[in-house]
Amino acid sequence: MAFPRPRPARPELPRQRVQTLQCGQGAVRAARFNADGNYCLTCGSDKTLKLWNPHKGTALRTYQGHGYEVLDAAGSFDNSQICSGGADKAVALWDVTTGQVVRKYRGHAGKVNCVQFNEEATVIVSGSIDSTVRCWDCRSRRPDPIQVLDEAKDGISSVKLSAHEILTGSVDGRVRRYDLRSGQLCSDYIGSPITSVCFSKDGQCVLAASLDSTLRLLDKDTGELLGEYTGHRSTTYRLDCVLNEQDTHVGCASEDGHVYFWDLLEVREGPGGGLGTLPALAEPPCPPQGSLALSLPVGQGVVQSLAFHPRLSCLLVATQGQVTLWREDTFQPQGDPD
Amino acid sequence: AAVESSDSEEEDLVSYGSALQPLQEGERIKKPVPLQEQTVKDAKGRYQRFHGAFTGGFSAGYFNTVGTKEGWTPSAFVSSRQKRAGRTILGPEDFMDEEDLSEFGIAPKDITTTDDFASKAKDRIKEKARQIAGVVAPIPGTTAFDDLIGPSKITVGVELLRKMGWKEGQGIGPRVKRKPCRQKPDPTVKIYGCALPPGLSEGSEEEEDEYQPENVTFAPKDVMPVDLTPKENVHGLGYKGLDPSQALFGASGREHLNLFTGGSEETSNLLGELRHSKGRKLGITGQAFGVGALEEEDDDIYATDTLSRYDTVLKDEEPGDGLYGWTAPKQYKSKKRPEREFKYIGKILAGFSLASKPSAPIKIYPPPSLPRNYRPVHHFRPVLTAGDESCHLQKALEESTGKLESDPTHQSRHALNAAQRREKLGETELKGPAPSVLEYLSEKDRERLKEVKQASEQQMKAKIVSQQSPSSRFQSASPEDATHKWQMLLGGQLANAGSSDFKPFAKNPEKQIRYENFVKSLKKGEKDALARFFDPTMTEWERGREQEEFFRAAVFYRSSSSSLSSRFTRAKYEDDVDKVEVPRDQENDIDDKETAVKMKMFGKLTRDNFEWHPDKLLCKRFNVRDPYPDSSIVGLPKVKRDKYSVFNFLTVPEPTTSVTQAAKEKIQESNSLKKPKKSSRWDVSDKEKEKKDSISEFISLARSKADAQQQPPVPAPEECGTGTTETLPTEVTDEDKNQEEESGRPPMDLFKAIFVSSSDEKSSSSEEESDEEQQPTTSERESETTKQVAVPDSSSSNLQESATATTDSGVSSLPASKQELDAAEEFGPKLPPAFSSGRFCKHLDKKEKHRKIKERHKAKKERKRKKEKKKKHKKQKNKGKHKNKKSEKDSSSDTTDSSDSLSDMDTTGLSPKELLRR
Repeated sequence: MAFPRPRPARPELPRQRVQTLQCGQGAVRAARFNADGNYCLTCGSDKTLKLWNPHKGTALRTYQGHGYEVLDAAGSFDNSQICSGGADKAVALWDVTTGQVVRKYRGHAGKVNCVQFNEEATVIVSGSIDSTVRCWDCRSRRPDPIQVLDEAKDGISSVKLSAHEILTGSVDGRVRRYDLRSGQLCSDYIGSPITSVCFSKDGQCVLAASLDSTLRLLDKDTGELLGEYTGHRSTTYRLDCVLNEQDTHVGCASEDGHVYFWDLLEVREGPGGGLGTLPALAEPPCPPQGSLALSLPVGQGVVQSLAFHPRLSCLLVATQGQVTLWREDTFQPQGDPD
Repeated sequence: AAVESSDSEEEDLVSYGSALQPLQEGERIKKPVPLQEQTVKDAKGRYQRFHGAFTGGFSAGYFNTVGTKEGWTPSAFVSSRQKRAGRTILGPEDFMDEEDLSEFGIAPKDITTTDDFASKAKDRIKEKARQIAGVVAPIPGTTAFDDLIGPSKITVGVELLRKMGWKEGQGIGPRVKRKPCRQKPDPTVKIYGCALPPGLSEGSEEEEDEYQPENVTFAPKDVMPVDLTPKENVHGLGYKGLDPSQALFGASGREHLNLFTGGSEETSNLLGELRHSKGRKLGITGQAFGVGALEEEDDDIYATDTLSRYDTVLKDEEPGDGLYGWTAPKQYKSKKRPEREFKYIGKILAGFSLASKPSAPIKIYPPPSLPRNYRPVHHFRPVLTAGDESCHLQKALEESTGKLESDPTHQSRHALNAAQRREKLGETELKGPAPSVLEYLSEKDRERLKEVKQASEQQMKAKIVSQQSPSSRFQSASPEDATHKWQMLLGGQLANAGSSDFKPFAKNPEKQIRYENFVKSLKKGEKDALARFFDPTMTEWERGREQEEFFRAAVFYRSSSSSLSSRFTRAKYEDDVDKVEVPRDQENDIDDKETAVKMKMFGKLTRDNFEWHPDKLLCKRFNVRDPYPDSSIVGLPKVKRDKYSVFNFLTVPEPTTSVTQAAKEKIQESNSLKKPKKSSRWDVSDKEKEKKDSISEFISLARSKADAQQQPPVPAPEECGTGTTETLPTEVTDEDKNQEEESGRPPMDLFKAIFVSSSDEKSSSSEEESDEEQQPTTSERESETTKQVAVPDSSSSNLQESATATTDSGVSSLPASKQELDAAEEFGPKLPPAFSSGRFCKHLDKKEKHRKIKERHKAKKERKRKKEKKKKHKKQKNKGKHKNKKSEKDSSSDTTDSSDSLSDMDTTGLSPKELLRR
């Protein structure tokens, strides 16, 4: 699928709803793009995993085999495999075409919150409520993990991988970055339980969302705070945060049914946006406060999961039982090739 | 040029096999024959038909029919109208395939050597028959002539041997100078020329046997080939059947055979029939065996073969040739042999010979003589009550200290334990969990313990003497104070404190003594317990520190000694004696970090850097070079620390010193896991932080109070000793503050937020799946969940407050608010509800709901009880103040409980005390 239109000079945020997928799998726990963004996976609370073409709105395949609700999924770089983790404490490796479970990794003592493939899809890294991150080998048949990262003192809520790093966010309020190349573990204390972490596209920064309704952008190397983004509400649930495709904006799901986007660099004093609906927050004195760029009203319920297209201004939002696809304003739905 | 070079490179290569034909342009690659079309063909290209698993696929006819390929009419058919068909005689070959006639078929037609031209390997039976025939023939020895006339059957090898001077019947090899082992003429060896009268030949042989010339050498003994005749009958080993010739001719035949009795039995046997008294010419008449039943001459036909002629006892074989049986092995006999054989009676089997040397006689040892004082009675060891650890410990201690002192040689065998026996036997220690803590101690430590015990006893004596002179020289004010407070605190708990079965200071015997004395005096209620026993060389600071240490140790080891062995995690740290592996770097204290976060000073202050060793395989999979190629560590490097060092535990910041046993035990639990998991940090906005602290503090206080049923908790002394003041956490002051606050604040709303929700949840529990699903599964998190019950409610957002308000006012709660309430109990950030409050869960299918409810039923009871407990504590605490409200609450909770289950009803009906006792 190619998008022939040249990229606009100024990045546009997705503001326009172009597709709505009624997933029919109960609550959608996570929606994830595949590696190239042409397809997406939705994790349902009815133990199923579904593969979609979100741009056309067609369901392609359903994967059944989890024993409880599926909490996270990821696709491999070559789209041949899917890994998923669920409340049944298992991590499953699926074959995309056959729809069968290739392997199931059991070892977590609690439900698996997050799973990720490494670049070559040779390792699955899963984080669980049992406060461990486990690295499972996809190549061999060994049933036990290659390594267990048990440094966290509380459940792991989010795991992200780069080429040589494992980034974990834990409920103990720390963002840990395991650097395999340098053999170091950097642990940044945030304080509030981390709900989601992600690398910026350039790999220099780390974005961490926490339950104090704040997103923090940290410098990866020094741990310094580069930006702080507030305005949304995240106090109870495990919500995702994202960076857009050009690293110009950060986004986060919110419990009030919106998705908020902030300008990554543009710093403004005071709470951003002038949104009347926002609860007035006590303003901390000094830090760089990102300006609110957009608040997308998605629905009434909590926005559970977010996924940003790797190349396009295209956002996948999961709320309640449905997934919506959002594009920039200039996007013409019928002009979509493929 | 490039092409050429590549060609030359190719020439260097070695190629195996023949290359496939290059494909022609446009030629299609031959399809491989599919499996179902692959057939088996024989050498001629005919389809092989497999018939009969046992015959190896013999096939007949045309596909097992009588037809031919042309049909049912054989192609050889010729109408007899015009021409008479030649009568063909069909042989078996006509029905056989070619293969059957080939070399390996069932009827080979190849040229093979016939019997006449076959090798000279002799068929013994045939040979014998021939011999007999020759003798029996009208002209004796005719067969011998046949042999002369007959073609030479001598093989080349034999001929060569002969040319070298070998004669048949001789062995091969250099001639030897000894008395030859006389070889009787083998019956199978052909006798050339006329057979001599047996008597003559035998007689001469006998003489030769006697005569032994000095200068004569003999050919070596011929090697008797091993008789490989298979045993085909069911007779016993070595049994030879009756010679049918003898049996037929009866006893008379035998009796009349005495003509050559002195001579070779063999020949007589062979020729016996000939010399038969009746003079019958057997060979001529062609009668093989016996005669017609009613022939006249055969008067012996009914002669019975009497049993008396059979051997009835096992005895040495009569000096026969042993040729009774047809296949009996031949025996070589010498005259001297019978004398040697006096020991062995019976026949020696073929291939065996008697041993020349008699085997050594078997030694018989007398049974061991019993010692004089031996009493055949078993003494049972005193039975230990199972599970009584202290008893075990006591015993082990006794054995290791007391009994080792006494001379080990005098020690009774039964008094040794397994380890001691093992030592005596010099065996190595078994891998596996050691049975008791004492086993972890080295021999040296045990020695030390022994010394300590002795010393302490002596000291006790000395102490009694010096009891009257209380030397309060080193008494300082602060330790005194502290002692008092500690005593107040510990009270009766110290009853069993410091029982001698555990030595926290075993490393330092003097310290251990001081500690024991200290505990003893504490029990007696002496105030200046420690001061007396202090080492006078110690400084004030050291003393203070030690006192603090002792206090803590007393509390710690008291509680742990009872259930000591159950607390040990054996699997983890068993290999080392007294060291524990602890992560070398630990994320240091959060307190300063928290302040840093508050001040938004991220960076150095909030960052911890550790050395972390990734697994080698992980590096490989990530395509990253192993940063520590030489290390075998995986994960964070660990260091060994002293396991029993009290300061190992003291480094863990204690939340409150005033919290009594329950809280302490919790700490110990986490310590005994040797992996201090910090409790989950729950998010609280800054303004609510204080509030949260106060509540959790309050609850723990209430709990501890109900637990111990003692005087109101005394706030921890700000300074217990000079050394420990700085280690005391700041929470102490917090706590004080909280207590002050507590009186002024009407916490009813808060209580409702905590407690009403639980009862509410019971009544309309169908709404809260997501909460229950996420119940922590591991039991080790139990403690954490209890904590969370308290914390998140209080730290909840305004939304939750509103939710509590609704429940409070009695309005039936909205599902959404309910869920969020339950979410507060969740462990970690929870998952959002499936559907928003606006939809009222109408999409949720009932079945799933039901299932989930069932599933969590158990877990709920558990939690409920916990909550119940806390509720009661709290109530008690605020009895005076909120009496009316309490009753109200009670009733509400009771009603909801009753709606739920019976067991819960029981719980509510109990007094808090009883509840706690459970």
